[in-house]
Amino acid sequence: MKTVTIDASGLHYTPLNQEIRQAVKNGAGEIIIQHVMGQRFIADGLAGNVTIRIEGVPGGDLGMFMNGPTCIVFGNCDHAPGNTMDAGRIVIHGSAGDAVAHSMRGGEIYVRDDIGYRGGIHMKQYLEKRPTLVVGGTTRAFLGEYMAGGLILVLGRTSTRPIRERGVGSGIHGGKIVIRGDLDERYLGVGARKLPLEKDDMAEIYPLIRNYAAFFDIDPEPFMDDSFIQVVPSSSRPFAGKYTWE
Amino acid sequence: MCGIIGVIDRSSHKMDGSGIKSALAMMDERGSGEGAGYVAYGAFPEFKDYYAIHVFFDNIHEIKDTVDRELSKWGEIVFDEEIPTYEQPNLRKVHTPWRYFFSPDPLLMPRSMTPEDDIVAHLVMKINTTIAGALVFSSGKNIALFKASGWPEEVADFYRIEDYDGYIWLGHNRYPTNTPGWWGGAHPFNLLNWSVVHNGEITSYGANRRYIESYGYKCTMYTDTEVVAYLFDLLARRHGLTPEMTVKALAPPFWDEIDCMPKKEEFINRAIRLAYGPALMNGPFAIIVARPDAIIGFTDRIKLRPLVTGELGDRLFISSEEAAIRVMEPDVTDITMPRAGEPIIGRIVA
Repeated sequence: MKTVTIDASGLHYTPLNQEIRQAVKNGAGEIIIQHVMGQRFIADGLAGNVTIRIEGVPGGDLGMFMNGPTCIVFGNCDHAPGNTMDAGRIVIHGSAGDAVAHSMRGGEIYVRDDIGYRGGIHMKQYLEKRPTLVVGGTTRAFLGEYMAGGLILVLGRTSTRPIRERGVGSGIHGGKIVIRGDLDERYLGVGARKLPLEKDDMAEIYPLIRNYAAFFDIDPEPFMDDSFIQVVPSSSRPFAGKYTWE
Repeated sequence: MCGIIGVIDRSSHKMDGSGIKSALAMMDERGSGEGAGYVAYGAFPEFKDYYAIHVFFDNIHEIKDTVDRELSKWGEIVFDEEIPTYEQPNLRKVHTPWRYFFSPDPLLMPRSMTPEDDIVAHLVMKINTTIAGALVFSSGKNIALFKASGWPEEVADFYRIEDYDGYIWLGHNRYPTNTPGWWGGAHPFNLLNWSVVHNGEITSYGANRRYIESYGYKCTMYTDTEVVAYLFDLLARRHGLTPEMTVKALAPPFWDEIDCMPKKEEFINRAIRLAYGPALMNGPFAIIVARPDAIIGFTDRIKLRPLVTGELGDRLFISSEEAAIRVMEPDVTDITMPRAGEPIIGRIVA
């Protein structure tokens, strides 16, 4: 496999992305970007079978519209990694800012630690396209706001009640949010309800837990045996009567 | 959008302006080249006992005499000079920045508890509302403020901020949205010892402005951030609220959250909301406020703008982006994201 190394010191994101695209065009299977410091839009709209290893702290909108590649970040992410991503995978060895997986349409995001506000805002799904966001630590308020599809899994590595913030699933009308441990009812958003996660549903999250454990070299067993809850829309059309009468 | 950054050295060790310049320039994407600015606390040790009154003049020859006369009515101009600037290819010098070191005569405001501050605050409002072509944009002691229409690095080079040392620095990169970019509209905004940088909008500006103007402040800069400086001056200086309580008034918890608090906490939160309802700020914002002994960072109640903090030794950094802090201090530790409405305060300890 051909590996290309790019030194991003002092490089603006436009020439950086040009170098990435050129490397992919030349058949690189792995791209290592060193000394990343706040460059936005890395790997945006990028397609192909390539793994990009990002060393440093990338700027916002990493992997926006990305369609296929894998980005592995060795540092924290800023706002909205995986914004409207189509396919591929983002693995973050650290935490991420607000609006992680914003409007995500497909692919997977794994965050080792915590995420900010409005994680998974307006994630969606269609047919075989079903995006997944896995968070190892905790999240802030408005998780899964306006969520229309896909799956958010919060593992809460350091707490049995990982989310203590308002508006979980506020405006949710599709998809589900799975949380390890429990969630106080008062943190549920408008149109969201809490259900236990049944044994059958667990099958869906086991592979995600195993992936998470493998990516970050963590023992998956404590998660496997624990209990989970899910936050889903309160009905099939929770906001049917909001703007019109039927 | 806008980008903000602030740093305090809690032991009062000074930093020159080169670090914050590169940090703010890293966030160029957050601005539009129409406004940037910096403020340094501790920048005028030789004049530290005098109010450093900064003025943008449209025209020195016609207007400066009027300002000089107005100041002289209320005290003594100890020293004044044009703020040194250095030509930049893309920055048009539309105003002449000037600074006065001013000593007000406290006997001229006999009924005030803080006559000197009140004289200077009065002069700021008076000049800004009655002398066309002169704008006072900073008025604190030992505080140097630099702003203009341009990109962060251009404005920094225009004033050569690396020639100044401060134990607190704030920086702001503007992306004007609701009003045009102009020199007076660039941040930081300052009144007396308060300086403010702000990313976002105060959508409650109308209500806040009516409230603050009822206490004699006058909004003259065509932009919402101005009210934040005046609100801090009113609540924290004149009413004596702590920074924590001031932030509670401006970005309070929701009523349903207050209902769930332990009794004592519920009482104080309810009291603050009831007493300072018209000071509540709505809309998306991340703000850093500086005063001579502290910096205070906070966001709106539902966190619609980013704010990240980091620390290293005596230094506390607050910024829109982690990368900007790392540009200034590569070895920074304890990167955290404050909760919505939670004040992050760095205080001088020595």
